[in-house]
Amino acid sequence: MSRLDKLYIFTSAFLFGIGLEISQMTDPNKVIGFLDVFGKWDPSLCIVMVGAIFVNSIFYYLIQKKKTYPINNEISKQQVKTIIDTKLIVGASLFGVGWGVSGFCPGPLLANIYNLQPEIFVSILSMFVGFFIYHKFFDQSHE
Amino acid sequence: MEIINFTPFPALVGGMIIGLAAAMLLLSVNKIFGISGIVSCLLSLNKNDSFWRILIILGLIIGAAFGHWVFATPKVENFRSYPYLVIGSIIMGFGTRYGGGCTSGHGVCGIARLSKRSIIATLVFITTGSITVLVMRLLEIGK
Repeated sequence: MSRLDKLYIFTSAFLFGIGLEISQMTDPNKVIGFLDVFGKWDPSLCIVMVGAIFVNSIFYYLIQKKKTYPINNEISKQQVKTIIDTKLIVGASLFGVGWGVSGFCPGPLLANIYNLQPEIFVSILSMFVGFFIYHKFFDQSHE
Repeated sequence: MEIINFTPFPALVGGMIIGLAAAMLLLSVNKIFGISGIVSCLLSLNKNDSFWRILIILGLIIGAAFGHWVFATPKVENFRSYPYLVIGSIIMGFGTRYGGGCTSGHGVCGIARLSKRSIIATLVFITTGSITVLVMRLLEIGK
């Protein structure tokens, strides 16, 4: 990985962090407000998703159209994976439950580190416990 | 239905920046901006493969801090109480891995390339998240 690649990677994540902060998606109360569809609803997260998907898809289809860019293994692997299996449904269901209970998904949780609040560090540690349980007992890709 | 705290303009701008960030990572180094996958693979403790993942985390944190500083976004506070943060984050972390993605990987990147798996996963986690928040509000728990 070249220095330029590392610069691109950092800059992408830097932009992503700015986007999360501007849209206030780093605030779990905005997230919980969005998920509270049946109560007092805050549709902001929906607009964030629409904006992100819109811009991302424009670039994605420009890349697809040109096809001068080499197809990377990671992406082609993802594209091959088209089966809707129980693992996808169960995993997404659990993720949604954890998201609602904690108010966090991985990106905003990590971005929040800059505030140096104990709640954030405890939540990150817990998230890694969740990752670890999966990798230790449920991940068959390394076997 | 009652709508409160809706911030459409920052949400749209922030969302578009997030979409740009995801497109930039794809265009430059051909990687999908799926935060749960990128971060959880740090647990495999592969030195050669870890640095760019740490760069992503650093970028998210510094980007959010920069956004907070420049755009004077409100300070994030009023989290769920600790038991909910811990249990929720464990389930959240596990679920993202079991279902192969989170809000960034499935929600922003997957939907942008019209992946059926990602569209289904996103609908599922928003649904279970909404039900969770509804139940917690009715039981008056979380705070």
